[in-house]
This record gives sequence, structure tokens and C-alpha cells, in this order.
Amino acid sequence: MTTHPERTTTYDADERGWFGDPGTGFGGRYMPEALVAALDELTVAWHEAMADPTFVAEFDTILREYGGLPSPLYHAERLSQRVGARILLKREDLNHTGAHKIRNVLGQALLTRRMGKTRVIAETGAGQHGVASATAAAYFGLDCTVYMGSVDTKRQALNVARMNLLGATVVAVDSGSATLKDAINEALRDWVATVDHTAYLFGTAAGPHPFPSMVRDFTRGIGDEARAQCLEQYGVLPDALAACVGGGSNAIGLFTAFLDDPDVAIYGYEAGGEGFATGRHAATIYAADPGVLHGARTYVLQDEDGQTLESHSISAGLDYPGVGPQHAHLAATGRASYLPVTDAEAMDAMALLARTEGIIPAIESAHAVAGALRLAEERPGQTILVCLSGRGDKDMETALDYFGLGRADTETGDVR
Amino acid sequence: MTVRTAFEKARADERAALVGYLPAGYPDVAGGIDALRAMVDAGCDVIEVGLPYSDPVMDGPTIQAAAQQALEGGVRPVDVLRTVEAVAATGTPTVIMTYWNPVERYGVARFAADLANAGGSGLITPDLTPDSGAEWITAADEHDLDKVFLVAPSSTDERIAMTTAACRGFVYATAVMGVTGARATTSDLAGPLVTRTKAAVLTQGSDLPVGVGLGVSNGDQAAEVASYADGVIVGSAFVRILLDHADDRAAGLRALGALTEDLAAGVRRG
Repeated sequence: MTTHPERTTTYDADERGWFGDPGTGFGGRYMPEALVAALDELTVAWHEAMADPTFVAEFDTILREYGGLPSPLYHAERLSQRVGARILLKREDLNHTGAHKIRNVLGQALLTRRMGKTRVIAETGAGQHGVASATAAAYFGLDCTVYMGSVDTKRQALNVARMNLLGATVVAVDSGSATLKDAINEALRDWVATVDHTAYLFGTAAGPHPFPSMVRDFTRGIGDEARAQCLEQYGVLPDALAACVGGGSNAIGLFTAFLDDPDVAIYGYEAGGEGFATGRHAATIYAADPGVLHGARTYVLQDEDGQTLESHSISAGLDYPGVGPQHAHLAATGRASYLPVTDAEAMDAMALLARTEGIIPAIESAHAVAGALRLAEERPGQTILVCLSGRGDKDMETALDYFGLGRADTETGDVR
Repeated sequence: MTVRTAFEKARADERAALVGYLPAGYPDVAGGIDALRAMVDAGCDVIEVGLPYSDPVMDGPTIQAAAQQALEGGVRPVDVLRTVEAVAATGTPTVIMTYWNPVERYGVARFAADLANAGGSGLITPDLTPDSGAEWITAADEHDLDKVFLVAPSSTDERIAMTTAACRGFVYATAVMGVTGARATTSDLAGPLVTRTKAAVLTQGSDLPVGVGLGVSNGDQAAEVASYADGVIVGSAFVRILLDHADDRAAGLRALGALTEDLAAGVRRG
């Protein structure tokens, strides 16, 4: 169920990774020559693996037996009644390690083993991709080093502990702004020196070719499953899709199966932070400023000299100043729409979903839920399929601070 | 003024050329110009001016630190061009080493025009390979600028040939698989890479010089590299001196001069 017979869409990259026209579209490969051979090797290995039924079957088996997939498509009835539209949740929050990311890391780690490499490196922001990478490394018996900005290692100590327990080495990165983008820089610096035996498990559908397309291939099971489930369970395709977009791996994973369904409207929700007008946000596509970051031509939050700006979001997983190039292409062609959702809207949606459905979403995924609430107003009675990309356990400290939670009622002593 | 002239002059002297790097704007724009001029005075044949960038994936901690401080000090592309103008005015060919996004942002054609107007010789582009660089190649050719692309120990022979065919000025051979930074010993990957690169250049009927960079920090290493390369490129060792003399610029300039002389003697021993 995780694979799909239609492997291509009309929105795919060319063989050199360009979405749209080479040089003026999005994607490509802006990388040091030292890494080009490794990227070429990876491209060939990925193509061969995806065409090899043994690899595809093994990936399917691991996802099913170890990853807990396929994830259910769930009709959120109480929420639907409340907002006046049919809200369907693709429950990626139920996956092993708590998010869609397990799909990507198991795919890349399986490919790593196939290529005969013995070590993986990864970058992580909040730590979710780091934990997923450490998990996949443990599963396949690979050495694992995770680069994490020192600002993030402090605010996500629990995830550092998880990675440690899983046997990974976590390196705190102090350079630059000491956040996700700098962790990517440091991982690339490691890779230049270790590329003969090391694979870079890139955490999102961004970066140089082949990562945007390869990561999409490993996450597209989200949409392949959801499309089949929706048809089987409800007999229709959804009217609209909603997914959160940081780098964009869960979103492209959902969208791909529907790109050539012209009647399905596609919406990506970026982190609007404190509000787009404040400048403190991570709404990269909405800002629509093209540039080159981390090996791809895409939209970039940057100043007038092309220096990367720091992004801002209450959700660490969306806090990235670039975005996957295929999303930039989908925005530029008008196939998908990308809109900002503020911190406050996302936190409200988190609380609403918790209270109406008994599901605490990751704050990232709460952006998609907030987007679906807007869509429900615009599209009463329609079917809106939301990628609930991860669960909110990791976010309880943020929620505790934001909502002022964590105080038991003591005034009455009543048993409730 | 192509850097080619400096390599030809060195070749006529039967020695390698010494290429020295500093980022613009460190410790400040004027201080950076003074430092580069000190390196010219003490024997650098070609100067590389770094354009500080927020995400320098090919640079180790030393160059990152100086570039980051330059950015925090407010350095802008116009300051980099001003630095080039001041150094090129000495008659020493001067190129900019830059990651791609600042050039794309400035406007590729406009950057090429302004660089040419400043007397700059061209660009070294660590994250732009010729197969992704069509726009830059067009602009460089239009403004008669050098295009210095990189080859690496991991490059296939096909990619080396593609790269040398696209270069003008010289080709930059990265001696190690890794980022910039001074190293105790030179790499055993450099010699074979230079041999392969020279073979490609020869096949193309060209005599494009091959410069070797990444890791050289003293005259003895320079002599060793000069025994098989046309140019010895030194960056982090110069930057280290500036970082270590942050509170005494005059002493820093003297130390830069001394290192340059040691390296310049080295390229004459090789």
C-alpha cells in the first residue's frame, strides 16, 4: 500500500534536478565539486533502487513491520461537525518515532546499506530528524553522527538524550546562528571529508539534486496511501489537501499522489511566526524571494545582499529559511498555494484538536490543522484531507509555557 | 588583468606563483585592505579576496570566524569591490572568492561589470561548478574576466576535463577532501590530482595553470606543493594571523609580512 503504480507526475524534475527551466526554475545542484561525485553516485543508486522490485519490497516490509505503516486515514467527526466540513486526518503521528520522518530515514538508510556505506550523518533542528536518523542507524547497524545547533541542543535536551540512548553521537554546532541551517552547513563539512564511507541522511525534500526528488520518493507513501484510503473509505477524492511546510517533506509526500488530480486543491501552510508583517516568520514561499541555499535554487529568506536571514517559528520543525525546490515550483506554476499560519493560530488549532478529538498534534502539524480550519470556512461541506505529520509529545514544554498549563486544580479538592 | 600574467611571470622565473587569501572586511574594510597590501608587498603574486557569506559550507572554523566577524561589522558587496579596487591598484591580479548566492542576488551581469570596473580579474566559485554556471560563464566572457572553478580528488576524469575546459586564469585543485584550514602535513591526494588535471589541460592543447589549495601554512609545505603545482594557494594561515593579532594590528601586519616571505621563499625552493 505504500507504493504506487504511477511513479511520475507532470511536476517532476528533469534528470539534473531542475523543476521548471534549468537555471531559472528551481532545484539543480549548487555544490562544491568535491561532493559532486558522491551526489552522482547517490543519484544512480537511488534510480537503480527505485527500479529494483527487491528494494521496493524490502522498503515496504520495513515500513509495515517496523514503522507501523500504513497510517490510518481518520475522519475527525467532532471537529468536522464543529467546523462544517469533512476533515480527514492522515495519522502520521502514529508512526514509529512519532512522525512521517521515519519513512524518509528508513528509505535513505536502506539505500545507504545497499551502497555499502557504514556511517550516516544528519542535521536536525528540534531533534525529530536526528532521532529518526539515530533510530534508522540502530535498525541497520550503522554509525550515526547528528549535527544540531547549540541553541537547539539546549532547548531540546530530551531529544539529545533519545539520540544518545539510540547510540548516536550528537555534535553541538556553535557557528553562524547555531540553529538548523548551521547544522546543515556543519554536516556538509563533515560529508566533504568522509564521503567515501558516509551517507548524508538529509532531513527534508530540499538541498541539491537528488535529495528533493529522492526524499519525495521515500515520503510519497503518505499521499499514495491517503489517496487510496480516501477512495476506499469515502468513495471520493478530497476537495482540498492541507499540510505544513518547513523544508516540505511531509507536504510533498502528501501532495505527490494528487498533483495530477486537477480537481484536488493543494495548500501548504508555512510558519507565519509572530505575523508575516513583523518579519519574524519562516514563510519562505510566501515571501517569494528566489536564491540559492544549501545546494538548490529555491525561495530563501535573505537580506538585500543575499545573506541568509534567521527564520522564526514557535515550531522548531518549520523554522528554516529555505524550502524544497519542488514546492517553489508548485507555487510558481500555481498548482499549489502556500500561506502563512501564525504561532497563535497554530497553538489554538493544537488545543482545539486535543479537546475535540483527543489528539495532541505536533505544533508543526497544528499549522496544517489551522489551515484546514480556514479551508472549512471557505469550503463548507467539502472534504479536506490534512497531513497530521507528527504527534505533540515533544512539544509539551512549549505548550506548557504558551498556555500556562501544568497546574493541578487544588481549590476544591473535588474528584472530577 | 588576468591572473594568467602572474602565473606566466612565475613560470618565467621557474617557480610557482603564491596566491594569498583574506576575507574582505576583517578586521574592518580598511584593515583588510592594509593586510592584503602587506601580503602584496611581501611577495604574493595573486590575491584572493573572500566575500563573506552567512553559510560558507567549504570553510573551516578559521575562515568562518573572520568572515562572520566581517558580516557582523556590516561588510557588503560594495566593500568587497572597494577592497578589490584598492589591491588591484598595486598591479597585483586580484580575484574574488565567493559563494554563489550573493552574486545571484547582486545580479550576475551587474556583478561582472562592477568587478571589471574595479580592476578585478575574475571569480573563484567554490559552490558553482561549470555545469551549473552558464550565466556566470556568459557574463565573465562578456567582461573579459577569469573563471576559476575547482577540481577535487573525488572528481572523475570526465569532470576534470569539463572543468578545465571552462576555466580561465587557473584551475583550483583542492588538495584534500575537506574544508579550508591549515594542516600539519600536506595531502598525498594533491599530487595525483594535479597529475590528472595537467593531463586534461594538455589534452585540451592549453597551458592553463594548476593552483593547489587547502592546508598549506608554511614555506616548507609551499615548497613541497610548488614542486608539482603552478600555484600555491594559502588562506587560513593568513587569516589565523589576523585573528591572533586582533588587538595589535601593526604586529599583525608584520606577522603577515613574515609569513608571506616564508611562503614566497618556499615557492622558489619547490
